[in-house]
Amino acid sequence: MSALSALLTRDIRLAVRAGGGAALALAFFAAVATLAPLGIGPDLRLLSHIAGGVLWVAAVLAALLSLDRLFQADYEDGSLDLIALSPLSLEEVAFAKIAAHWLSTGLPLTLLSALLAVLFGLPPEATPVLLLSLLVGTPAVSAVGSVGAALTLSVRRGGLILPLIVLPLLAPAVIFGSGAVEGALEGTANGAFYLLAAYSLLAVTLSPFAAALGVRFNLAG
Amino acid sequence: MILSLALDDLACIRGERTLFRGLRYSVKAGETLSLEGPNGVGKTSLLRMIAGFLAPAAGIIRLRTSAGDITEAELRGKLAGWFGHQDGVKPQLRVREQLAFYARLYGDGDAGETMERFGLAPLAALPGQYLSAGQKRRLALARLTLMGRPLWLLDEPLAALDRAGRALVARTVAAHCAEGGIAIAATHEPLGVDCETLNLERLA
Repeated sequence: MSALSALLTRDIRLAVRAGGGAALALAFFAAVATLAPLGIGPDLRLLSHIAGGVLWVAAVLAALLSLDRLFQADYEDGSLDLIALSPLSLEEVAFAKIAAHWLSTGLPLTLLSALLAVLFGLPPEATPVLLLSLLVGTPAVSAVGSVGAALTLSVRRGGLILPLIVLPLLAPAVIFGSGAVEGALEGTANGAFYLLAAYSLLAVTLSPFAAALGVRFNLAG
Repeated sequence: MILSLALDDLACIRGERTLFRGLRYSVKAGETLSLEGPNGVGKTSLLRMIAGFLAPAAGIIRLRTSAGDITEAELRGKLAGWFGHQDGVKPQLRVREQLAFYARLYGDGDAGETMERFGLAPLAALPGQYLSAGQKRRLALARLTLMGRPLWLLDEPLAALDRAGRALVARTVAAHCAEGGIAIAATHEPLGVDCETLNLERLA
């Protein structure tokens, strides 16, 4: 347990210090979410209807920005060898890294979205649903992204391939996430939130195993 | 307690090329083995095989311990201490933070005491990016002792070190083996330790 929390705190520390990418993801999210209403115009009815979708897409892209370095930074400087030989299994290592990424990126993105929702004129009754959907859904982004990060860790410029692998797998999160917000807007219960929760649970449970497999394969290369 | 490490009929193929085959060797607890041979002969690959990262194309690596033989790669890795040719030093983390992290990750090392012993105490608050190449090696060596592993695998341990640093490596390796550990080092220069030598070139 102590080893797992050691890795978790170290990764969070690396993410929030200079060059770690957590702040970059937040700034990117804010920039995209601010530009979208400017491009679409002042039609508040339209804006509030697309808020869920735009914010969800922006959040996923922002989270992906820092994901490619999840294993790669440690791989390039030799740290990953040392972490792999530690008492932790690679599955535990992957889980700790997913958790650290979510705590340093997914969670702040979720909180920031409450502020950005105002730019879209999202009604107050739908904002908690947006926040809740991001809170439940962004762990899946970190988890599925870790699989892509593990597969591309030895690829130069893997950051460009990563979205191609990961984005199709994240389509359900975007669909159910924005669907839940849409449901709250129209006052209908459409079950999207529960599907999102199920998807997220599945992703967080299975991804560490897939990511560990990818890391193991790349360390042998 | 480990008793010995036996390499039995080991072969290494990288890409299409056979680096070595029919490698048989045994290192007993307390011994240091120096791997020699020109670049590309498979020294690093052999170290990565012993650590369990790389599966041998043929043969078995057997670690004899007082609790029985270990042939499974992943279990063997949990007894190995790795000192790679990359330092694994994070530019954003302070020296103290890096050592404390590995102490907690590997179990029960005392980071403060290790820093004193390796002359890193004055650098404790310095982020890794301000360390010289030699200081990073020193940090990596301190980290290796902190891991408390019986089987040391060292890849070019003398690179980038000054004379005092080399002596420190020799002393550290000698002390580790005197306590019943095994050290295997890939190197181009004499380690400065009483050791057996295995030249991989003859097995190509």
